[in-house]
Amino acid sequence: MLEHYLSLFIKSVFIENMALAFFLGMCTFLAVSKKVTTSAGLGAAVVMVQILSVPANNLINTYILMPDALMPGLDLSFLSFITYIGVIAAIVQILEMVLDKYVPSLYSALGIFLPLITVNCVIFAGVSFMVQREYNFAESVVYAAGSGISWALAIILLAAIRERLKYSDAPAGLRGLGLTFITSGLMAIGFMSFSGIQL
Amino acid sequence: MSDVKSPTWKEALLDPLIANNPVMIQVLGICSTLAVTSSMKTAFVMGLSVTAVTAISNFAVSATRNYIPSSVRIIAQMTVIASLVILVDQILKAFAYDLSKQLSVYVGLIITNCIVMGRTEGFALKYPPVPSFFDGIGNGLGYMLVLCIIGTIREIFGSGSWFGITLLETVNNGGWYVPCGLLVMPPCGFFLVGLLIWLVKSFRKELIEPAEYDTHREDY
Repeated sequence: MLEHYLSLFIKSVFIENMALAFFLGMCTFLAVSKKVTTSAGLGAAVVMVQILSVPANNLINTYILMPDALMPGLDLSFLSFITYIGVIAAIVQILEMVLDKYVPSLYSALGIFLPLITVNCVIFAGVSFMVQREYNFAESVVYAAGSGISWALAIILLAAIRERLKYSDAPAGLRGLGLTFITSGLMAIGFMSFSGIQL
Repeated sequence: MSDVKSPTWKEALLDPLIANNPVMIQVLGICSTLAVTSSMKTAFVMGLSVTAVTAISNFAVSATRNYIPSSVRIIAQMTVIASLVILVDQILKAFAYDLSKQLSVYVGLIITNCIVMGRTEGFALKYPPVPSFFDGIGNGLGYMLVLCIIGTIREIFGSGSWFGITLLETVNNGGWYVPCGLLVMPPCGFFLVGLLIWLVKSFRKELIEPAEYDTHREDY
């Protein structure tokens, strides 16, 4: 039993890495990866929101949206997208208020990134994958932690590489964004080496 | 909110195609650009869906822009966008079930696609509905253009076909063409977008980012 959860965790961190295998959350992945410290803060925020919103949506999906869940003969699954995004937006808002009240230092460190997480596709995709693969509640908690950490890991690695890359003598047109794309491509090839692993 | 020199519908439509392309210049909507371009069919359908959603949500947000208080505008925009995406998803499921299976979660992810949100926030909240509608179409088409360029390269050289029609007979089917396996793999999307950005920037020098560190300094 424990083994099942452990392998789900390893799979979601390395084999199905959100950023480098599924290309999710690319906008912030490319834009906010200039410094290791800021990207670590953003990564932590994503892990937090992911761990809260995937299980929450799992419960809502199981007890309200699924066919015959709320009452027999009622299928609300066409409302799924609008419900998920509403729940995510609400959780981000609540988390913002709680952090502001109880952990102001972390709140000011995360700054603008926290509200922006609502539109980060990692969270929404985590929820969608959870629904598509029909995880139960316990699995959804493990998957949320794994997929959040996978994204945080990828952005911190990329930021570390970019901190060194700025000293390189790149062709003018490739400087900055272009080079970041190529670097992420090479990292994605690196992460593909995990894809042969059977768990 | 007063409308200061709103762009004409023609400017709104044509500007985002090349000069202000959402993917290459504004760097928005990268996730789906990389994920759905391994074949032309998915790239084309994705481009069409995003164009429709951007255009209609731009129109709707712009039409109601004077009634929405700015504190709840994000939620209001999200609701409009999410409803439209549900519509697109249901239509795809009804008429193109295989494609909607292939696109999997990426249809839902149009909600969080930065192009849609970026245009409603950056354009529709300032200008009247008609230019906003065309701005949405323009940005959607600019996105589709990049998707189709990358999709064409990846499908022709990666699996020897275009829109599923065989162009280069592959070795597996008794032909001569040995497909380049890397091109259908995910990482290749990164390389192609990176190279496209390089190409665009070598024609438009003003977009080149300044160097953070001068590597040609003499004193070391």
